[in-house]
Amino acid sequence: MAPTALPDPEKRPRLAPGCRLAENAQQPRALQMPERVLQLNGPSLEIVQRCDGKHTVREIILDLQQIYTKTDPLKVEQDILEYLTLLQEQRALDFE
Amino acid sequence: MQPINARSFHPLALIAELTHRCPLHCVYCSNPLELARREVELPTDTWVRVLREAAELGVMQADFTGGEPLARPDLVEIIRAARGAGLYASLITSGIPLDEKRFEEIVGAGLDHLQLSFQGAEEESASEYSGTRTHAQKLRVAGCVKRYRIALTLNFVMHRGNLGQLEEMIALAEEIGPQRVEFAHVQYYGWAFANRPRLLPTRMQLDRSLETLKKAEERLRGRIRVEYVLPDYYSKFPKACMGGWGRKVMLVTPRGDAMPCHAANVIPGMKFENVQTQSLRRIWDNSPAFQKFRGEDWMPEPCRSCDRRAQDFGGCRCQAFLMAKDAAATDPVCSLSPHRGFVDSIILEEGREISREIKTPAMPPSKVEWFYRPNPA
Repeated sequence: MAPTALPDPEKRPRLAPGCRLAENAQQPRALQMPERVLQLNGPSLEIVQRCDGKHTVREIILDLQQIYTKTDPLKVEQDILEYLTLLQEQRALDFE
Repeated sequence: MQPINARSFHPLALIAELTHRCPLHCVYCSNPLELARREVELPTDTWVRVLREAAELGVMQADFTGGEPLARPDLVEIIRAARGAGLYASLITSGIPLDEKRFEEIVGAGLDHLQLSFQGAEEESASEYSGTRTHAQKLRVAGCVKRYRIALTLNFVMHRGNLGQLEEMIALAEEIGPQRVEFAHVQYYGWAFANRPRLLPTRMQLDRSLETLKKAEERLRGRIRVEYVLPDYYSKFPKACMGGWGRKVMLVTPRGDAMPCHAANVIPGMKFENVQTQSLRRIWDNSPAFQKFRGEDWMPEPCRSCDRRAQDFGGCRCQAFLMAKDAAATDPVCSLSPHRGFVDSIILEEGREISREIKTPAMPPSKVEWFYRPNPA
């Protein structure tokens, strides 16, 4: 399978239409999209909250490197790029 | 054997069949042969309560379907109630009848996702399978949806008659540009079971279509999510029907019966509780219908000692009844089922029928005798 190219660091990811954080109080911290629910942990929630069409990929990486100071910054960057790629393959993101 | 504890599962999706009324007459409709009439449909306030109870039960999404849910004049109110309760709201529709003004109201009520069904890649064949001329209207609706911030899925319903149009359908999907496209092969229940001799594809058709679908999935990755459902008669192992009986999904019919799946009422002796007299929580936890095939105690051999039993849950109970006349049998499509020979004989018999059709092209398609579903009053 051909992998999707990694996202451009200068682009601004935004949750695609019909893709949003769950609003059911029984099941917080989940990302909903057509016929799919993704459970979010701490870091993935931090990423998704910044997919607002305002933050660039680079800014998201810098933000999270400052939150997760105990983790190798390169690892943080790599994890974010992989997670954004996964979301894009689900068609959960538009890049603006 | 572990005791069955309903609380260890909670439903993720509520399938709300708002009505059986529908302007289309599709030959593979998943509705039961006996359709509910308008006067027995649940009133708005009952749906509003059901949606709230669903959210409290842990349900994440409500799929509004039918029939044609647009036939309900209170659809906007119902969608607003779903969003108000914290649910993700999906509308599964033929797009008939829908104009821009009503669509704006529906989006304004908080609709998250619209799934638009297609019967073919062009009007002529689509008309034969839906018994109406509606393809052009569907294209207009797709164009309209694209102007709003909601998700769009195109759902192409596949069968022997239109598998040959797969390339054209993929091209149409690319032109429209939804987030998601689904090529869902007809499953043989309801009207599709009645029309099965004309719908079941050949193994060769199926293999060719699978190759085309895999290429499309690869090429469109990141642009359009491509998903497909194959006819399980050709599978080696059964589908995990509904993610397991009474494990993930609850369906409420137009008259308010709560069922574990679309087709469960074909199983004799099943009694379904009604949401007008019981809460969703009580039905989910205690109703004998939901308990009936939960867990593993009901399983016969070869399921009972099979490693796959936690993956496919023994397959589909309704299919077991329809083919083996025993709802508690292993799904007959399973290659390990003692009834698999029955499925193979259907495939063989219908394969012969297809070669007869090919050899005698004198029979024009208009002569095909479909059982069209009616529109209940």
